[in-house]
Amino acid sequence: MSRILLVIFLRDLMLARRIGGGGVLGLVFFLSLVTIVPFAIGPDLHLLSRIGPAILWIAALLASLLGLDRLFQADHEDGSLDQVLLSPAPLELIVLVKCVAHWFVTGLPLVVLSPLFGLMLDLDGPALRAVAATLLVGTPALTFLGAIGAALTVTLRRGGLLLSILVVPLTVPVLIFGVSSAQSGTVPFLTPFLVLSALGLASIALAPIAAAAALRGAGE
Amino acid sequence: MNITQRCNLLIEDLSVARGERVVFGGVSLRMGSGEIAEVTGPNGVGKSTFLRAIAGFLPLGSGRMSWVESEAMDSAPLAERLHYVGHLDGLKSALTARENLEIGLGILGRGRLTPLEALDRMELAHVLDLPVGYLSAGQRRRVALARLLIADRPLWLLDEPLTALDQHARALLKVIVADHLGSGGLMLAATHEPLGLPETIQVRLGAM
Repeated sequence: MSRILLVIFLRDLMLARRIGGGGVLGLVFFLSLVTIVPFAIGPDLHLLSRIGPAILWIAALLASLLGLDRLFQADHEDGSLDQVLLSPAPLELIVLVKCVAHWFVTGLPLVVLSPLFGLMLDLDGPALRAVAATLLVGTPALTFLGAIGAALTVTLRRGGLLLSILVVPLTVPVLIFGVSSAQSGTVPFLTPFLVLSALGLASIALAPIAAAAALRGAGE
Repeated sequence: MNITQRCNLLIEDLSVARGERVVFGGVSLRMGSGEIAEVTGPNGVGKSTFLRAIAGFLPLGSGRMSWVESEAMDSAPLAERLHYVGHLDGLKSALTARENLEIGLGILGRGRLTPLEALDRMELAHVLDLPVGYLSAGQRRRVALARLLIADRPLWLLDEPLTALDQHARALLKVIVADHLGSGGLMLAATHEPLGLPETIQVRLGAM
């Protein structure tokens, strides 16, 4: 069974590398959001460094929504979802593995490059570390919550819009605790960070079950 | 061919509903090792739905299905003992034929032929390392059919297997199917054109 999951994981990574799109697109979108905000706000470095973590978090949230609509849709359209359903591995675990692969391609690059983009918002060392740490824990939650929306909209041709409407409300708690622990000063780092970690773990545990149920229903 | 045990598929009074609408109802079928059944009927009568229901992709409205294997070590569910080739070929255009077949093996398990051997049976060995996206519709279908030979599963469900195949490829498919039946496999095909194999069970949908 773990062999099957490994095959699916490697397949998704290989497809992401061959086709491109998803990961790089999200990264460019992330960069352009972070670049454009200082132009809108004006040359106030204090303001910028104060709201910098929030900007990075909003940008990461929107960027991670971008590629999500293809998470299951590509497999549904070419019939590979049917083949996966014939495998002995339970669909919940397959969904889990697909989400992890998706996060590797779209979420992890955001985490790795966020300190670099944070420099453009005049964040100092501790703030850069805090943003990277919260994104590392928070972006998996965004991917897994998004997977529920992706599974629900799998049969819709233009599902991206509906997916955003479904998923954004679910991500509000993640955003609140992510930003409040990244924004040092007002509250201590650890308490919201632990809540954020709990949200991440809960979504990893529960979202695959919901997404798999939605995918099974999509066959009807 | 390794399928040596006897298998039996029994379908009793099967019906499938999508929403409120009953697609088809009251279909019964009994078949055993080495037997082939052709599902026929006009367009839209539910041939594809019938095959997808057997594959477990759709919930059954009513009726019963049972799958019995003698000498079965483990009572694996039916979905793990069947191959399904439908209108969508389940191939990734960006990956080569070899990669697609290796992934098929990885997902379906119980390997039989290597990708090269399987493609060779479909006389397509020369496309082994070409991305499937470069292939013609008929060649893609032949790669999808080669997946049948990659993993050892006794029940084959084929939805319009002859689509896009030329005369020669149809003959190749018949040979493969005859081998499969000869080794004790079962096959259920939805088709408008008879495959022309002897002793075919006819399942006619919509003939009430």
